Amino acid sequence: MSMGRRHVSEWMGIENGMLVVRPGKVDIGQRISTALAEIAREELTVLRDRIRVAKVKTGSSPDEGTTSGSNSLEQGGLAIRRAAATLRRHAIGLAAEQTGSRPNDWTLTGGILHGPGRNRPVDFLEFAEDMDLRIPLDQDIPPPPARARPASPPMLGIESMAAGSYRFLQDFELPGMLHARAVRPPHARARLLDIRQAVIDELADGGIITVRDGSFIAVAGPREWPVVKAARRVLTSCTWDLEKGLPEIDVDELLAQSKAERMPVLDGRPIPDAPIAPMQPRADCAARYLRPFTMHASLGPSAGLAIRDGKRISIISHSQGIYALRASIAECLGLELENVEITFAPGSGCYGHNGADDAAFDATLVANAIPGKPILLKWTRENEHCWEPFGPPQAVELAARLGEDGRIEGLSAEAIGGTYRGRPSPGPGGAGPARLLANRFRGSPIPAPPAVPNLNKQGGIHRNLDPCYEISETRLVNNLVPDLPHRTSALRCLGAAANIFAIESFMDELAFKLGKDPLSFRRSYLEDPRALAVLDRLGEAMEKAARKLNSDGRGIAYAQYKNEMARVAVGVFVSVADDAAVTLDRAIIVVDAGRIVDLPGLEAQMEGGFLQGASWALHEEVVWNREGIVSSDWDSYPVLRFDNVPEIETIAIDRPDRSSNGAGEASGGPAIAAIVNAVFDATGLRIRRLPLTAEAIRNSALDQEAADG
Amino acid sequence: MELTLRINGRDRSVRSEEDTPLLYVLRDELKLKGAKFGCGLEQCGACAVLADGEATFTCVSPAAAFAGSEIVTPEGLAETECGARVQAAFAEASAAQCGYCTPGLAIAATALLMRNPSPSREEAKAEMQMHLCRCGSHPRVLRAVELAASRNRK
Ligand code: FES
Ligand code: FES
Repeated sequence: MSMGRRHVSEWMGIENGMLVVRPGKVDIGQRISTALAEIAREELTVLRDRIRVAKVKTGSSPDEGTTSGSNSLEQGGLAIRRAAATLRRHAIGLAAEQTGSRPNDWTLTGGILHGPGRNRPVDFLEFAEDMDLRIPLDQDIPPPPARARPASPPMLGIESMAAGSYRFLQDFELPGMLHARAVRPPHARARLLDIRQAVIDELADGGIITVRDGSFIAVAGPREWPVVKAARRVLTSCTWDLEKGLPEIDVDELLAQSKAERMPVLDGRPIPDAPIAPMQPRADCAARYLRPFTMHASLGPSAGLAIRDGKRISIISHSQGIYALRASIAECLGLELENVEITFAPGSGCYGHNGADDAAFDATLVANAIPGKPILLKWTRENEHCWEPFGPPQAVELAARLGEDGRIEGLSAEAIGGTYRGRPSPGPGGAGPARLLANRFRGSPIPAPPAVPNLNKQGGIHRNLDPCYEISETRLVNNLVPDLPHRTSALRCLGAAANIFAIESFMDELAFKLGKDPLSFRRSYLEDPRALAVLDRLGEAMEKAARKLNSDGRGIAYAQYKNEMARVAVGVFVSVADDAAVTLDRAIIVVDAGRIVDLPGLEAQMEGGFLQGASWALHEEVVWNREGIVSSDWDSYPVLRFDNVPEIETIAIDRPDRSSNGAGEASGGPAIAAIVNAVFDATGLRIRRLPLTAEAIRNSALDQEAADG
Repeated sequence: MELTLRINGRDRSVRSEEDTPLLYVLRDELKLKGAKFGCGLEQCGACAVLADGEATFTCVSPAAAFAGSEIVTPEGLAETECGARVQAAFAEASAAQCGYCTPGLAIAATALLMRNPSPSREEAKAEMQMHLCRCGSHPRVLRAVELAASRNRK
């Protein structure tokens, strides 16, 4: 996105003495609204209670693309900072001009302008309210104001969340609104043969409308519980062609170099059609690591609200990318872009591309069939678990060659996985519509689009494939496996989760093999002083914690997200019970994310990322069989719960003179590896396939015994 | 079906179909949207309310099963001394990310503190075990429980 010709008014306005900040990034539970308001406050010094964050809506909010990749603070924050600094400079310039003084004579503190030629203090927002804010953004802005320590702004919305009055999309209530539910087939390859008409008629007599378009079916009615029951009844009255069912194959077999489109990765980018350097004939250490399909599994199932008024469709969605969704929906329905409007409203945390976009489209299809009525369509728990686009599986094959001095001379890293690009972004060949779930089932179905490689720097599979260590020779390969049995898309961290898990496990294996301490071993491959500082702080904190703990093992891991964002080191202490269940006793996270804007927000992202990483490490794996997805609820897809939440110490190193880095995804990868390494330290078992369930650890112990004879 | 339920200190008469789980009566008929739908399977705790002081899931049991019980929804928590203390502590500890699990956790914390005014961290975890949070707000929720307990002057 170019910011060259853009104006202050796109990002902020002043209404009734309040500063209205208009973010292009949506708040998906990562507290971005709090942080963006804080940036505006830093620049304009106005009191927090005079700042409001506007709703994000197509047409009136800046199009900043998708809210993802930990980019919100770096991109959205920079835009807000530019707009605020520009506004400040212009307002002071105007005040100086009006009084015949110089801008340098003016100061702005506490939201008040002070300067010569005025005998009363001037309220900044009242003064600026009369200005025309269509001011082109300054390209060069002064560095952010100095401050003694990072701010701790109160989290926006927290009071209403605790009071139960924070309004999620799932809570919306509009006059005349109908509740709706989709009726899904048993699995993605099934096709509807027949529905018993008698059931549909009977439901219609009770005021429940059934909408059908090919194998896409939904029911809608005024009261929610009868609609839930109707959806179940319709499901039992359907006959399906199940074809051959889902392919039964282990994910390990799916992920092979021979099945993949292969590209070398140079400077963080895959290069199509470029030759791949052959492997060195000798490797002193080689290993393959595996992460299975995982799911976002949002706590609140996805929902969409839509109403059709003549040719216009208005939609409310918790999508992370409302502009792309709008374009794809307009394309599906053959509508002009202006006739589709999407407003963002919060759903529960999404951690990437969950069911939000699909639910919005489901609601749109129902609204299209029942004009004039607002339709609130909600997914069920089973819908969310079985039909969201999963996080793709990924294997990572690493091989190292050691020099005579025992140092790593060369490293080969092959990442083999499915695509993270499943968002309904418009593209050639109707790529947008093809990525909306319902289109696969409608009367004229659109088949799954071919997997496209992500060629962006630090994009999908290859994110963090390049180790952040000084190794003289690396050979990096991105392997995209095109035909996986399940739809996949972006999930928090993308390939970085699997790559960091693999590389940081491998570093541990090498350190062990060479008889080195894992922390000093990593240190000896790092030159960046900020990375070294992060590791040293971790080392100190681990020593201190170890004195008070009686754990079976400990592990560490380090990574710099996308090799250029937040630097994070994680340390974990674990105990492993006789039945092989892993307990997390303590976690320590050290982060350097540059200048800290919102300290509690940063700590929350670190902790949240760690706990999600811990859940991936210990529990999460999508299971399926011929009949469909087996992982259909919280029993069949267990996740981390309170009993295994350790005390987490987060140490945030503030760098006031450096730019702020996004950090929402920076702790997940290191969390996985630190846990895996701690389990090795505790048991001597090196487990290279996630998740480390008690059963997996027991099996690994049996294998080890068998191998030892 | 006509039924009288005691909710947030008031008698409310409701007329949903007999098998309607309490959650749908609260959210759809009475427009009390504080309790959330998370699973409908009693696996996640998003739908919790207090029923006679116990944190109780509402997504499966029919409303009729709650007749005669004193029900407090997240909206009614502020009316109780303990609930108000818990909510203030959640705000102070920023004990939420997206906030979807938060009302249910505030209910669980209140139930715990009413029964046990100064619970240990392990007791707090045990009380919350049936509640899921996918955003990882757990550490701050546990801090909020401790904060609320420390503010108990009785
Ligand atoms: S919605 Fe009731 S326990 Fe999940
Ligand atoms: S804060 Fe999002 S689920 Fe708990």
